[in-house]
Amino acid sequence: MSKDKMKIKIDGKNITCSKGDTILKVANRVGIKIPTLCHDYRLEPYGSCRFCSIEVKGIHRLLPACTTPIEDKMEVTTESDTIFRVRKRLASLMLSNHPKDCMRCEADGECRLQDLAYDYDVDGREYGGEVWDLPIRQANPFITYEPNKCIVCGRCVRICNEVVMAGTIDFTGRGFHTVPDTAFRTARTLSNCNFCGQCVSTCPTGALTDKKGRGKGRARDFKKVRTTCGYCGTGCSLFLNVKDNKVVKVTSDFDGPVNKGSLCIKGRYGYDFIHSPDRITTPLIRKGKKFVEASWDEALGLIAKKLKAIQAKHGPDSVGAFSSSRCTNEENFLLAKFVRTVYQNNNVDNCARV
Amino acid sequence: MVTRKVNELAARKPPQKQAIKELIIKVCVGTGGLAAGSQEVLNKFRKQLKAQGIKADIAEKCTKKTGCRGFCAKDVLVDVIRNKKKSTYQFITPDKVNTIIEDHIIGGEPVEEWLVGPDYEAFHSKGTKVLLKQCGEIDPEDIEAYIETGGYKGTQKALKMKPKAVLEEIKKSGLRGRGGAGFPTGDKWELCSNAEGSPKYIICNADEGDPGAFMDRSIIEGNPHSIIEGLIIGAYAFGASMGYVYIRAEYPVAVTRLRLAIKEAKKKGYLGKNICKSKFDFDIRIKEGAGAFVCGEETALIASIEGGRGMPRSKPPFPVYQGLWGKPTVVNNVETLATVPLIIAKGSKWFSSIGTKHSKGTKVFALTGKIKNTGLIEVPMGMNLKEIIYDIGGGCANNRKFKAVQTGGPSGGCIPASLIDMPVDYESLKSIGSMMGSGGMVVMDDTTCMVDMARFFMEFTQSESCGKCLPCRVGNKRLYERLKDITEGKGVEGDIDFLLSLAEDIKISSLCGLGQTAPNPVISTIKYFRDEYEAHIREHRCPAGVCEAFRKYVVKTDVCKMCGKCFRECPADAILWARKKPAFIDREKCIKCGNCYEVCPFHAIL
Repeated sequence: MSKDKMKIKIDGKNITCSKGDTILKVANRVGIKIPTLCHDYRLEPYGSCRFCSIEVKGIHRLLPACTTPIEDKMEVTTESDTIFRVRKRLASLMLSNHPKDCMRCEADGECRLQDLAYDYDVDGREYGGEVWDLPIRQANPFITYEPNKCIVCGRCVRICNEVVMAGTIDFTGRGFHTVPDTAFRTARTLSNCNFCGQCVSTCPTGALTDKKGRGKGRARDFKKVRTTCGYCGTGCSLFLNVKDNKVVKVTSDFDGPVNKGSLCIKGRYGYDFIHSPDRITTPLIRKGKKFVEASWDEALGLIAKKLKAIQAKHGPDSVGAFSSSRCTNEENFLLAKFVRTVYQNNNVDNCARV
Repeated sequence: MVTRKVNELAARKPPQKQAIKELIIKVCVGTGGLAAGSQEVLNKFRKQLKAQGIKADIAEKCTKKTGCRGFCAKDVLVDVIRNKKKSTYQFITPDKVNTIIEDHIIGGEPVEEWLVGPDYEAFHSKGTKVLLKQCGEIDPEDIEAYIETGGYKGTQKALKMKPKAVLEEIKKSGLRGRGGAGFPTGDKWELCSNAEGSPKYIICNADEGDPGAFMDRSIIEGNPHSIIEGLIIGAYAFGASMGYVYIRAEYPVAVTRLRLAIKEAKKKGYLGKNICKSKFDFDIRIKEGAGAFVCGEETALIASIEGGRGMPRSKPPFPVYQGLWGKPTVVNNVETLATVPLIIAKGSKWFSSIGTKHSKGTKVFALTGKIKNTGLIEVPMGMNLKEIIYDIGGGCANNRKFKAVQTGGPSGGCIPASLIDMPVDYESLKSIGSMMGSGGMVVMDDTTCMVDMARFFMEFTQSESCGKCLPCRVGNKRLYERLKDITEGKGVEGDIDFLLSLAEDIKISSLCGLGQTAPNPVISTIKYFRDEYEAHIREHRCPAGVCEAFRKYVVKTDVCKMCGKCFRECPADAILWARKKPAFIDREKCIKCGNCYEVCPFHAIL
């Protein structure tokens, strides 16, 4: 066995794994389920929610599976009375500072906390005590922030700093009053926020929601249509959330091979045009001073005719093509091929080169 | 001990009884001393000695600044060493300076009434001064003073040894971390020495956040070069090239002195390139903390140095493998590092001869609370609590009954009077649910309510939680709230079990040392003072008479002179009174402010 291979035991099962892996990663690989909350595979392991607490032989306290690297001959237990008791405690502590109004929450049905409360059968009412009463933040044009529903898992903070690298939000306050927010709690503007909505995509509860989709339906109401974003050539995949034949919002496709759930402001929030009355749905041909609706055959036929005429009059080099960076590589290739074989010249370029 | 002697002091002749051959005046200028006005005292001495005709340069030289000598309750403390006879004065103010000069320095007769009493001697003589030996004796702002008393000998010796040999020496000495957990220092260095990665770092943790603890501050203020030496030796032993001192910005005097010390050490060639011609390069930077208690936790401290928010991260991986900037890093406490040069200079055998089997050397404690002599003490490991509290501390103030002592700061545990014969070392403290911690020692007498005390510490720890992990952020808050309810008379049956089970869950599931130890005061007070909790919950009574909710104000009608003063002073209109009628307190309306109790001229209100 090479130096980097290690043998560990999880719940009595012998597993060979590589040095540097975390317990959670190994357990997931072999199909042992450990509950998580603050974990997002797009982010560095963090270990704040403690739901993935497990027992390691020889260590009195519990260790988080998400951050603990494996060591040779480690013996891990993922389910025991103590572990169950602690996880139950965590769920109830979390709920003790959370509004209990799932019935009108945007995230109802896709809330990680709701799932955990159900799994561990807790409501957090036994503690009493202080509960946050913070105002809802609506100043942002795309993102609604309801701090009272925040469970301080830090996923939004980390995705903003680790993935987007915008540094818009970080933790503010101390102790019980720690809450993610912008610097000095100012409103988000373009100067401090990209409005990419990555924070919304990773929020496990209803604390961060898409403003445009609020009140228009919840997870169970939607038909999710997987598609590719048309804004640029990257090819991010996303889900159009459709209700009554209308696109209500866009959510991440975490299995997307290109973007793995990440999206930018355009992909996530730039869908207004779909149902806009101003949207052009057919080709238009200028006739005199007016644009007149036409069929694709008509329009393309006209273009072909005019291009041919120009080339006949001024020679083959008199026309060219300019491609958009919103096109995919394949589309760009096709255009170049088209220019070289049909136009029979090399007059082709792309706006990305300008 | 004395650095520059002032010999043959030419002074005026009359009214001198005995010629001044030698004169040294030492004024304590630690933070405690400065707050009590020691700078003014020092200035006055200098000015007056000059005015009295004693030459200016001599006056400059014979008045010395020193660091804290521990007994801050008696500040400003002044040593006058005249012709090798030392007299120590307490509570000195600038207006007393003239009399001291006239009577003592010129006249040769110490001013008896201002001299320290026998408690001062007892306070210092019962302990074993190793680390604090130079604090209060040498001028902390003068590197020469340090070198003349044996300073930098340890460094020179270490740099002539092989790094491995230095490491072995520390391992053999049995030195354990003084920051709280007591991890063997030599082992930590060895782990880091073997860890892959370069460069390596050494960090001095001077973020002393425990309420009432000031050991580290006093060492840095009184003897800053000892820390620098410790860092150099440690760095040399395991191969670090850069050192940081993470110090609280709330310690301005310590920061200034440390900066100066680093500057002087650089000038003397103890820091920088090719230290003492050993081809070893090392430098130190100071990072000032912004006052978060949690930054005393090593991973939070590292995050803070890196420029992030001071939040701990999970261990493992430990900082010795992945620390500052992801490189192998050793974080040592101030006291630990200050001990290192002494071990190298005097040998590990000398060090391991002090203390117990598993806890070697001495430990500095900040003795505070309801005790006669508060201040800084240094005792050998294994000394029992009784000696510390009674022989050094002089017992409880006002001769009250000793009830308990809290060791290890807000996250330590309470040790009841019944365990007073227990030796103070890592294992013993841990076995009874407390810990060594950084060395705070808060003494409580029978006027301390243990529930209220636990509430106080929980209030501190929950508000200082960084907020990262759930059990600490919310769990400790809920513990605190329940304790607060109990002290306010809202406790219900089952609260004790609730507290214990919640405390246990927080302990085993929290991320860092803060969360894991925060419930200790609750657990240990319930363990040893369960009856007090029960009295609060079942009998609605606070045995120590501290919790206001249980206080009931009653008018003793036979003593009441019907003057109506209480009636007029009551802010809540809770007192019924009419002319020639005794007052009556309406419990429903009473807000228990205590005004009536204070103003009654006949002590008729209880």
